[in-house]
Amino acid sequence: MAADGQWLTFLALILPFLGAAAAPPLVRAFGHNAAWILALVPAFLFYHFAGFLGIIAGGQAVSGGYRWIESLSVDFSWYLDGLSLTFALLISGIGTLIVLYSGGYLKDHPHLGRFFSFILMFMGAMQGLVVADSFLMLFVFWELTSIASFLLIGFDHRREAARRAALQALIVTGAGGLALLAGLLVITLATGANSLSALLQSGDALRQAPLYLTALLLVLGGAFTKSAQFPLHFWLPNAMEAPTPVSAYLHSATMVKAGVYLLMRLNPVMGDTVLWETILPIFGGTTLIVGTLLALRQTDLKLMLAYTTVASLGLLVMLTGFGSEIAIEAAVLYLVAHSMFKGALFMVAGSVDHETGTRDITKLGGIGRAMPITFAAAVLAALSMGGLPPFFGFLAKEEIYAGLGFGSNWSTLVTLVALLGNALMFAIGFAVALKPFTGRFIATPKTAHEGPVLLWLGPVVLALCGLLTAIFSEISHRFISTPMASAVAGESVSVSISVIPHVGLPLLLSLATIGLGIILYLAIDRGRAAMASLLAAIGWGPDRGFDQFVRGAVRISAAITAIVQNGRLDIYMTVTFIFLAAALLVPMIGFGELPEMPAFVAMHFYEATILVIAIIGLAAVVYARDRLTAIVSLGIQGFAVALLFMLLGAPDLSFTQFMVETLSVVILALVMTRLRLSPADHRPLGQKTLDFSVASLCGAALGLLLLRITQVPFDPVLSEFFAANSRVIAHGRNIVNVIIVDFRGLDTLGEIAVVMIAGLAILALVRIRAGRPADKPVKEA
Amino acid sequence: MEPILALTVAIFFSVSIYLMLSKHIIRILLGVSIFGNAVNLTIFTSGRVVREIPPIIPLDLSVPDGITANPLPQALILTAIVISFSFFAFLLVLAFRTYQELGTDDTDGMRVAEPKGEELPPLGY
Repeated sequence: MAADGQWLTFLALILPFLGAAAAPPLVRAFGHNAAWILALVPAFLFYHFAGFLGIIAGGQAVSGGYRWIESLSVDFSWYLDGLSLTFALLISGIGTLIVLYSGGYLKDHPHLGRFFSFILMFMGAMQGLVVADSFLMLFVFWELTSIASFLLIGFDHRREAARRAALQALIVTGAGGLALLAGLLVITLATGANSLSALLQSGDALRQAPLYLTALLLVLGGAFTKSAQFPLHFWLPNAMEAPTPVSAYLHSATMVKAGVYLLMRLNPVMGDTVLWETILPIFGGTTLIVGTLLALRQTDLKLMLAYTTVASLGLLVMLTGFGSEIAIEAAVLYLVAHSMFKGALFMVAGSVDHETGTRDITKLGGIGRAMPITFAAAVLAALSMGGLPPFFGFLAKEEIYAGLGFGSNWSTLVTLVALLGNALMFAIGFAVALKPFTGRFIATPKTAHEGPVLLWLGPVVLALCGLLTAIFSEISHRFISTPMASAVAGESVSVSISVIPHVGLPLLLSLATIGLGIILYLAIDRGRAAMASLLAAIGWGPDRGFDQFVRGAVRISAAITAIVQNGRLDIYMTVTFIFLAAALLVPMIGFGELPEMPAFVAMHFYEATILVIAIIGLAAVVYARDRLTAIVSLGIQGFAVALLFMLLGAPDLSFTQFMVETLSVVILALVMTRLRLSPADHRPLGQKTLDFSVASLCGAALGLLLLRITQVPFDPVLSEFFAANSRVIAHGRNIVNVIIVDFRGLDTLGEIAVVMIAGLAILALVRIRAGRPADKPVKEA
Repeated sequence: MEPILALTVAIFFSVSIYLMLSKHIIRILLGVSIFGNAVNLTIFTSGRVVREIPPIIPLDLSVPDGITANPLPQALILTAIVISFSFFAFLLVLAFRTYQELGTDDTDGMRVAEPKGEELPPLGY
């Protein structure tokens, strides 16, 4: 594609992040009306991506990007086909409405700017995730959505429940993200592809690779956590702690569908295997049923919707994994329908909460007269959710039943699961849309009235979209459903279902769903009580399990810390030296690298004498009965070492050693005489024995190591270099001095710095006195 | 000569480690001081030993005349001696001040940074 088009797509990908930076100052300047300006960001994205509709409907894919890290062949590249494009349009389109809605919902909130910042950051991450081509980009944006979600769930950080929910979502989805990273690496290992477009062209390579199972399980780990599949669903209802615009956007319309996106994306290369077509329907179906049953239990409008979202995600996973072309088409239709009706219903729930002060379904009733526009949007959305004509949800449901059918025991089972799930969702959808608005009026904390335009615009537009896309189904199929279904199926398919009902099995099943749904709607209070007592009987759930896991992790770490960091220096030292001895001896013995027995060495008698003096000095330090003896003995061994240096051709060392040892002894004597210390060693005999063994083992190991070193050929390159160049280049005759002040002058500078810092530290220690404020906390007089 | 020095180094290390395993700050300091010598001797010996000929170039030559002692370990050790001395001086003053503040030279009594029986970190969120 043209270079300027490429540039625009790149701009579209980074624009949300720029918007995130601009949001706080804009809110400071314009208050909540900054929403109108900020909504231009997603609106531009929508406009830009909508420009690709024609090309992609023609069966082409748009790709582009830049080389990022040449040597690692990492690219910043994108790949747009029907699947990516539909997601991109949903994200930017719903994003526009959500930004506007947030302006109304969080009007006068002190941190509105921060909120906009987070939500635009999320939008950028999600947008990047769905258009990413290279695996690295996919992973980075995947984790970015988790982080943005963490920030948004914990937006109201003063409440513990919000902090808990945020942390829970981050841990669950973050862990899933790591599994995904591993999965992507395995895929690269198995196929050599490091981008989605390359992978999609690899055909059967991945399915036939021996690593297929590993890759599949890891990828599913990522997808199932993100898309809240049972038993990892628990973080999603808790995420309802976030402000409602976040729930509508992240936790129903977009982010939680990232897992489904991943499965759909990989379906052409990973699907069509027995494993795929078993695991996905089982997890998806279980999630569908569990989600709807748990939704039945709730009285909070948002929680009811949250659990139906869990259920819908289950349905999508089930359809994606069912393995028939029509099931895939159904998944595509349902995904689009769900984003619209669920986004609208969440915003309705938020508006009700905002205007009445409660979202408990048992404390709401008859507010439809006060909030007519919101009520209308709610009903339109619920009709789509219930799958009634002429709404987009109807198309999806017809296609679901057409795709599953009664072909075998397996598909009969899946169909029944879908039927039960859909009926329950029907009941709950209408409960949310009708119960608060109809029936006897119940007084609420705030007097209900219609919200401002910012609050009702979003739900109305989304609900109407659900109607219009169905009525003009030919257009929506041509530009959205067919390209997307083709991308998911990996081959050209064509979606053709319309709102005019055809008599047939799918319609019968639809009617059965609606009939069952109405019965369940009427019996919803009884169902809620039954579920409540059932859950009370079970008593345990993954959510509580998460608490136990976190507490257990804290307790275990505290216990381990108490053992490892026990605060006793002698134990730290003992462990350190035992490991030192082991680290030296085990490889030496294990690899047969012990030194050979040295031959007899001839020594001058004065050399031997000096060594004996050194050893006597050492022994005297250990056995000294009083401090002065110990200090003097320390001096003896030090001076012996200095003499040794002198004899072995190192006069510079010798002089330095003499000076340092003298100073050490003087300072030690000065300090020690000021202390009233008992000089003797108080260690019990057993302790002494242990310490002695550890010390001798370490000493022996280090001695053996040194002996071994001296037995391998010596590499004199450096020494010869210094000898050859010290006078020629550096004009000095004392090679040691030349090395220190010239060749390695920078080292010496570092050494001087160390001495200076030690001096400063000593000065500080001496100056800080007990009782001064710098040392102890000030006590009240 | 090297095997004898290796044996000496082993003894130096053993003694210094034995002292460092003590609970008394003063003995630990003595151990640290000896440890420095042990390390220096190790570096010195691993550069091989030549008797009595310092690495100095005669006045009328531009390179050393024949074999001399290895200058490289000497340069390294020269740096090491100075650093270990300043480190030792710092430790000594630290030990002295600690004794003044806490009234003990027993490391078991020094639990300000890691107090006994610390409570669990908060289990909430």
